[in-house]
Amino acid sequence: MKAFARAFAGTWALVRLILRRDRIVLPLWVLPLALLPVAIANTMQDLYPTGAERQSYIDIVTSTPTFLALYGHAFGHSLGAITAWRLGGTVLFVGLASLLTIIRHTRAEEEAGRRELLGATVVGRQASLFAALLVTFGADVALGAIAAATLVAYGLPVAGSVAFGLAWAVFGWAFAAVAAAVAQATEGARAARGISIAILGLCLVLRMVGDVGREEGPFWISWLTPFGWIQRIHLYGDQRWWIFVLFAGVVAVFFASALALSARRDLGSGLLPTRPGRAAAVGWLRGPLGLAWRLQRGSLLAWTFGFAALGAILGGIAEGGVEVIRDNPKLEVVVQRLGGSSGIADTYFAAIMGLLGLIASGYAIGAALRLRGEETSGRVEPLLASPVSRWRWAASHLAFALLGPAVLLGATGIAAGLAYGLSTGAVGDDLPRVLAQAMVQLPAVWVLVGVSTALFGLLPRLAAPVGWAVLAACVLLEEFGRPLQLSKRVLDLSPFAHVPKLPGDDVFAAPLVWLALISAVLVAAGLLGLRRRDVL
Amino acid sequence: MDDENAISASGLVKTFGETRALDGLDLSVRSGEVHGFLGPNGAGKSTLLRVLLGLIRKDSGEVRLLGGDPWRDAVALHRRLAYVPGDVTLWPSLTGGEVIDLLGRMRGGLDKGRRAELLERFELDPSKKARAYSKGNRQKVALVAALASDAELLLLDEPTSGLDPLMEAVFRGCVEEERSSGRTVLLSSHILSEVEALCDRVTIIRDGRAVESGTLADLRHLTRTSIAAELNREPVELAELPGVHDLRVEGRRVRCQVDAAGLDGLLAHLTPFGVRSLISQPPTLEDLFLRHYETGQQDARPPRQAGLAR
Repeated sequence: MKAFARAFAGTWALVRLILRRDRIVLPLWVLPLALLPVAIANTMQDLYPTGAERQSYIDIVTSTPTFLALYGHAFGHSLGAITAWRLGGTVLFVGLASLLTIIRHTRAEEEAGRRELLGATVVGRQASLFAALLVTFGADVALGAIAAATLVAYGLPVAGSVAFGLAWAVFGWAFAAVAAAVAQATEGARAARGISIAILGLCLVLRMVGDVGREEGPFWISWLTPFGWIQRIHLYGDQRWWIFVLFAGVVAVFFASALALSARRDLGSGLLPTRPGRAAAVGWLRGPLGLAWRLQRGSLLAWTFGFAALGAILGGIAEGGVEVIRDNPKLEVVVQRLGGSSGIADTYFAAIMGLLGLIASGYAIGAALRLRGEETSGRVEPLLASPVSRWRWAASHLAFALLGPAVLLGATGIAAGLAYGLSTGAVGDDLPRVLAQAMVQLPAVWVLVGVSTALFGLLPRLAAPVGWAVLAACVLLEEFGRPLQLSKRVLDLSPFAHVPKLPGDDVFAAPLVWLALISAVLVAAGLLGLRRRDVL
Repeated sequence: MDDENAISASGLVKTFGETRALDGLDLSVRSGEVHGFLGPNGAGKSTLLRVLLGLIRKDSGEVRLLGGDPWRDAVALHRRLAYVPGDVTLWPSLTGGEVIDLLGRMRGGLDKGRRAELLERFELDPSKKARAYSKGNRQKVALVAALASDAELLLLDEPTSGLDPLMEAVFRGCVEEERSSGRTVLLSSHILSEVEALCDRVTIIRDGRAVESGTLADLRHLTRTSIAAELNREPVELAELPGVHDLRVEGRRVRCQVDAAGLDGLLAHLTPFGVRSLISQPPTLEDLFLRHYETGQQDARPPRQAGLAR
């Protein structure tokens, strides 16, 4: 017991430190996510006030592959049930915020050397990991409690609301625990973040594959992922509480392995021993672009692979989903309204590619903000002290921010088009259509890169927080703007609102040209600002 | 502006919000000299180097570097200089060898033989990833990259703050070689023995202003020699002598500090009392430095934040 207490000594002090450092960031993700469910419930109540309306809405949408992929299956048509169904994908953000918080306070601190400073004080070996988990678990619980309380206050059943809040909280816990274990394994925070997010993304994709496949297909796959478990609790239905045991199991396993790994390893090290690298640089490492390639190639390759895999999977499951709806005589009217089976496929791919465009923006903003990272870390000093102009240096990273998303969207478009075309037997027709739907996202992605670049040049301190906040706002507008009944003027603030829905959208080229122009102006403003300002 | 000067600055001002990091700084570094740049933490040393590198822009004053404008002509000037930052941060996933090659090539190529020789002298393993290097080893990476280049001007910001005494000796040897090959070195430091050993001329700055500048001999002239003497008889009227400070007379023993100008007069005054032993300590740079430092602390101005030195 004494050894146990020693390992955790100082945990409370570290919890206070984390709360002090995150006093703005924590409420910034906890509160919006906690209040979103009641807002969605309110909208659903407005749009579909009677049970019959909700029933027919659910019947229609859950028969289209688009909605099955995005939100999954619905179990019930009470107001609570369709609110929970509509938020089936949103819980992703609870997981994302939780894992980022963990890594920010474990591996990132260690990599920066601050963990060493604290480790020399009366702080146990496990204290910093434990403190990060406590804060994240606490934030998730607060999030779930607020969500449940507001849903109850809105008039939804208590048991269902409690189960809803609990489900979101334990979902956050699960990915916090996963991130805690991953953070022990890698040497760098960037790699830990990438692996944890990849696990989260894989879980979502597995859920999509299972759900679009339905009972006839690989429906069981949804059981493999926490996204599927949440659906299968049957929130606001028969409330299968035993499913929480699955979450408890995941949390326990990853929590225990994180603690076990952290007890054994050295400070600063990962699981793999560091190997010596090259004693001399290869020939192409001779300038800013070579350096940017050296620094960014790993993440670009990983993202490209991920996007290609996503495209292949989401393209591959499309035809199965379309087939089901086509063969259902009850849905004939729906099929016609959506423009026949090709129209259903187009809607599906437009929705999927819109989502992938947002994700690609995440990559692109990260690549652009490398500039700021290089500046604040001081690594830019030796570069700019050599005969390299500021523009040339900025261009080296912006090349990845601007061309990287083109590679990602191209890879996903080709993979999805091929997979879908092979299943319909019309590759020549389907591949260009799907690829075009992927590529039209690019100018919208560029606008977000432009925003980050402009901030970097003109208001560098705000570049990272505002750059990411703009992406978060776009996600909110794209995914919840319509259900929250925001006005068109507000919806139009997102560049993705102007991406044409291919094919068949009359206005096609003009919005793309405008978006590209706006991003060019923003990038130019950032570069001009960079040339005039002090570099820290 | 003198063409013989590699660096000349006059009345240089740079403010960050409320803080005046450079407050009318004057500096001239002649071509081919090793110039020491001394000052306490937060005095503005790194700020000046950043202005010289064109990383930050001066608010007012004049500054010339190798005959050009450090802000406007940054890229062209950087072909001719090499820089070692005070706080070396490297890309964690690159090895030391890769960083040395990268920086060297960006500066227009580096001498392979010299690189190998320097790696050996500094006992640096170039195949280690930068994240595994200690502070001293990161500094060595930057030093090897700078010294292996053929730059005519070296800007070194506290380059030995992480080196052990053996490596410091290696560094001194390297700087001596640079001097004999005719390169100009601006060496910012607060290690006085290093500056005393290496530098032709010294500038001391405090609160963003140059408070002294000149050769060590010049500066010594400005300061006081400590005298300890034992006499045959008790001396009289010592306190009235010009330039004598901190006088302590204990019977026939005398201890005092004397200005360079008063030294002759003091010795002439002591001789008639019969000098049995005399210890005279020449002023060290440390005395000089501390004198400026201490007067700085006595000043009424509020204490400065050291936040600018990074």
